[in-house]
Amino acid sequence: MSITYLEAIREAQAKLLRDDERVFIYGQDVGGTFGGAFKATKGLAKEFPGRVLNTPISEDAIVGTAIGAAIQGMRPIVEMQFADFSSIALNQILNNAGTHYWRTNVPVPITIRLPSGGTKGSGPFHSQSMESIYAHYPGLIVMTPATVEDAYTMLIEAVAIDDPVIYCEHKYLYYHLKADKLPEKGLPTGRARIAREGRDLTIVSYSAMMQESLAAAEELAREGFEAEVVDLRTVKPLDADTVLASVARTGRLLCAGESFPWGGATAEVIARVTSQGFHLLDAAPQRLNAKDTPIPYHPNLWSAHRPNAQNIAAKARALLRE
Amino acid sequence: MLQTAQRTAKSKTKKTAPPHDRFLEAFRWMLLTRTLEEKLVSLYRGGLITGGVYIGKGQEAVSVACGLFLQQGDIFAPLIRDQAGRSAFGEPLIDVTRTYLGSRLGPMRGRDGNIHRGHPRKNELAMISHLGAMISVTVGTLMAKRFKGEKNFVGLACIGEGGMQTGSLHEGMNIAAVEQVPLVVVATNNHYAYSTPNDREFACHDLVDRAIGYGFEGYSLDGTDLGTCLDVIGGAVKRARAGRPPQLVVASVLRLSGHGEHDDASYVTEEIKRQPFARDCLKVAEQTIIDLNLVDAETLAEWRKEAAAQVHEAIAAAQKEPAPEGDKEDWCALSTRDLVDSFE
Repeated sequence: MSITYLEAIREAQAKLLRDDERVFIYGQDVGGTFGGAFKATKGLAKEFPGRVLNTPISEDAIVGTAIGAAIQGMRPIVEMQFADFSSIALNQILNNAGTHYWRTNVPVPITIRLPSGGTKGSGPFHSQSMESIYAHYPGLIVMTPATVEDAYTMLIEAVAIDDPVIYCEHKYLYYHLKADKLPEKGLPTGRARIAREGRDLTIVSYSAMMQESLAAAEELAREGFEAEVVDLRTVKPLDADTVLASVARTGRLLCAGESFPWGGATAEVIARVTSQGFHLLDAAPQRLNAKDTPIPYHPNLWSAHRPNAQNIAAKARALLRE
Repeated sequence: MLQTAQRTAKSKTKKTAPPHDRFLEAFRWMLLTRTLEEKLVSLYRGGLITGGVYIGKGQEAVSVACGLFLQQGDIFAPLIRDQAGRSAFGEPLIDVTRTYLGSRLGPMRGRDGNIHRGHPRKNELAMISHLGAMISVTVGTLMAKRFKGEKNFVGLACIGEGGMQTGSLHEGMNIAAVEQVPLVVVATNNHYAYSTPNDREFACHDLVDRAIGYGFEGYSLDGTDLGTCLDVIGGAVKRARAGRPPQLVVASVLRLSGHGEHDDASYVTEEIKRQPFARDCLKVAEQTIIDLNLVDAETLAEWRKEAAAQVHEAIAAAQKEPAPEGDKEDWCALSTRDLVDSFE
């Protein structure tokens, strides 16, 4: 048996609907016989009548409705059709969900699934990675699973958490990643994972860039360098301890992320390591992000726009020469 | 086919009876609100309130009707000028004074101020400043109640004509009708969005005409007439509770204050102040009481005294309470404490 990252997300939702009557799924095209633009909810509307609901194209109201339902004790899962469109719901996510517990002492247990990141030919409005935007604001947890197993266990965990969770699922990984079986339990939320051990440098990454980083580490290994790859799993909270422990072993740090370069998750990792572990560094820490332009449509431009195994490896080589 | 109803009928009671059987009860909430808000204004002018004071002068009749017909289990999403409705819904005065005066014992504990307060666990939602956002939140609370199998509930959300021009409002109204939740939206057209008059806010003939576009039933009314407010808003609540489509009520009033107390409202024209909707609803209601001899002058004076005493007590109590302190604050925006990020 083999199960994809996308199937893991569907299976997690089926389990959640089965196990917890407070759970419902709300989003564009998630219901009926269609099952979502990416089929992440395929068959669920039939299996769970009245609990997998199509909505109008109203991202603001979709999230607002989920917030209201959560305040009244439900556990809604919102599917944004694309992460990019969650910009329409920013107000509800940041100003309503993100402030609610702080202001009123009443938490808002919503999970917002964001099909994130680039695939060939998707262009500026169907390719964005929004994790850094959401991580910037208080009151939200931001998950960025990079493996099939994490896609499954972290989504189940997201719904169990009493606070709003932004669950960034990567579209490129939907079909590319496969696992033999789904685990019962994963690492605790907020804990990073050493995805590959190494002694020469630390590559910190998450989501699809973690897979690119692993491929880069393979390339480097053929040249005799052992890169340690840290999978953040959640970008907020950020497991700085695991990163610092890795940098303590390697002395060199490279961060790779798919969001835009100004600020963001990779900058945050470097800020934490330099302020808390400056003495651990043998060379200036480096990072790789997408370019500071909108995301291009054409495959030639798209593959040059975001980090990949080749340029992560190239950046690592330069860092190893320092 | 759904039609937008234009409700213009006056109350249909006898001359000697109150225009509505809850008229006097509603009047007393209005009186309490006016008394409270006048006191809050003087505290603000005296420098004892930080931030701002936002009052509902001229809108109390509409607002009180919003809170008065809601029952245990109903949801209320008040907005900036809804003190009367909040009180009628059951918000204690001490919540108001604690929030305005920054007591750490208040519902917002100094973390939010003035009208940004609520008790979500008691079904009074806490508004955010971004207008229109609370409509869909109210829809969600009603969907949850339906999921849980509750019956006989309604939600009422307040908005102004300013907030009616937001995208969020539009999405919320539409999704309410799609979900067929028992929602009443009461829109008070007080003729100014801060300083901007109606002719720069919208271009349709009458805001109530939007009801049909959303799939709501719509009613418009004179918001200065308490009897009409009780009749029409009470009726809308009843219809929503009975399973009719979502209800839109558009009330016409003039905001008899600035946007907040920092604003002298010098932009309000003399011409608009002469319009029928510019009447002071509290004075109109009091005149009705006098004209119909519903209670005598002594009773009215007694009610005023009681309102003043309640306000005095709530302010005095909040003033004695401790303020929040930065170094003792729990700086944690998540309820899941082990998932709080550390920046130390």
